[in-house]
Amino acid sequence: MTSARRVNMVATIVLLISLAGGVVTLHAIDQMALVSPAQQALYIRSTTVLRRMCLGYTGLLADIYWTRAVQYFGFQHFKGSGDFRLLAPLLQVTTELDPHMLPPYQFGANFLGPKPPNGAGLPGDAMNLLRFGIEHNPDQWRLYYNLGFLYFTEFKDYAKAADAFERGAKLPFTNKFMPILAAKMAQHAGEFDTARMLWYTTYQSTKEAAIKENAVDHLRALQVDEEVTQLEGVVEKYRQQMGHLPLSIGDLERAGFIRGTPEDPNGHPYKLMPDGRIEVQDPQSIFFITKGLPPGMASPTPATVAAKSQPKS
Amino acid sequence: MNSRIGYVAFNTFREAVRDRVLYNLVAFAVLLSGAAILVGEISIDIERLVVVNLGLTAVSLFGVVIAIFMGIGLVSKEIEKKTLYTVLSRPVRRWEFVVGKFFGLTGTLVVNTFFMAIGVFLALLYVAHKFEKADTAVLIALYFIVLEFLIVCALALLFSSFSTPLMSSVFTFALFLIGSLADDLRGFARMTHGLTGALATGVAYLVPNFSAFNIINQAAHGDPVPGRLIAYNTAYALLYSAMTISGAVLIFQRRNLK
Repeated sequence: MTSARRVNMVATIVLLISLAGGVVTLHAIDQMALVSPAQQALYIRSTTVLRRMCLGYTGLLADIYWTRAVQYFGFQHFKGSGDFRLLAPLLQVTTELDPHMLPPYQFGANFLGPKPPNGAGLPGDAMNLLRFGIEHNPDQWRLYYNLGFLYFTEFKDYAKAADAFERGAKLPFTNKFMPILAAKMAQHAGEFDTARMLWYTTYQSTKEAAIKENAVDHLRALQVDEEVTQLEGVVEKYRQQMGHLPLSIGDLERAGFIRGTPEDPNGHPYKLMPDGRIEVQDPQSIFFITKGLPPGMASPTPATVAAKSQPKS
Repeated sequence: MNSRIGYVAFNTFREAVRDRVLYNLVAFAVLLSGAAILVGEISIDIERLVVVNLGLTAVSLFGVVIAIFMGIGLVSKEIEKKTLYTVLSRPVRRWEFVVGKFFGLTGTLVVNTFFMAIGVFLALLYVAHKFEKADTAVLIALYFIVLEFLIVCALALLFSSFSTPLMSSVFTFALFLIGSLADDLRGFARMTHGLTGALATGVAYLVPNFSAFNIINQAAHGDPVPGRLIAYNTAYALLYSAMTISGAVLIFQRRNLK
């Protein structure tokens, strides 16, 4: 073998071994999840300063800030932390750098408003974000929808919610549910139906996986809350007619009060408790339910369940 | 070390000194002493923070600029001046020339960083009046910056082995920027799926990961640096440099110098 060939062979072997070793080492560095409080700080909150620093490439910087916002929320959510204090400034900087980027507004409407641990507990910031969005994108029905949604879920302000849905319904390109939602808000009727329609529209109108997942969880919770309410009503009716509580769900079926054995969204039959209450089999597996829980148990959320499943350090 | 590699390395260092590369130390000293005096006058409680942030950032940026602008000319300048033919005619082999150049350049940067580090610690002493235990994080941050230089030097040398100085500087600087955002790049890769996801992951792991070397913020806040990170970063910098230098050797071996 000539000297040149030997050198080539050794260099190739070193290159391949180093490449493999480098990938393995980098993976190990990633596994350390080096996110210290210092790294999680947002040093520059002034969009004016950022605009000057990025030499006018605001679009790219907005993309980077948006990705940071999603990653920040995902990371905090994953570790079960209820601390989302940087979410509002991250979304604010993103939208001020690029006011026509719509996903951050939707994200803010869904995750800034709800109370910790499922959101940042800042409905006021969410509302300001949406107002800013509407100011810069007055033809986007989704923003009016998100504003109405926020008024309904966080502020329980039906008049303002109706107004937001109505303004969105008047746009040339809108969603078929907008006028119905506006009417329902005005009548302030059928809480379950209205909430279902809202979450369904949220699911339909976004491509963001986290928002979709959140909407599905709420739709499942609504189904449970509604079914438990109905079943407890049936149990009460049974008691009034028979003079005693049923011993099982089967008693309700045999007496002709219900047809079949009702099941929760996970396919588990509901449990009838000795005091006439209805409970779900596994309360931790259905997030956001407010009914069908054992007495004293708080409504489970993805964050609380994630926090419980994290290994204790 | 092979004596011929040592000879090439020493000459590269001597050439850098002759090119007045170390003059940047004067600019660094002026910048840091000015900042230390100014920050003491105008700020409250963040003197140490500013000195560490400014000092380490300057060490990193000055070094990267030197690595790029010296590295890109290492091979092409020798070809242009026809000195390469004299060196290679006998008895230095091509791979020895490449490896020697790499060690010479990194040696220059280590010496440069050593003097800058003294400047940083003097400025720290000036603003804080004493050294603290937390200052060890500054030392580790400086070590990580040197590791970063190893990779930048290797990249500049790789591009210099087959491209023009202008294109080499563009490629190296672009990779430095991409590598500094490597965390975000891997974040993007994690969010994609299918073929795009596989491609993005491949690219994210192939480009140098400079973000893991940047612990300036932690050092400024005096946060402890895990020992495992020091070991992993050292291994990563050595492996990535070895990979890049091997690539440079392979290219330079095949290059027609006639």
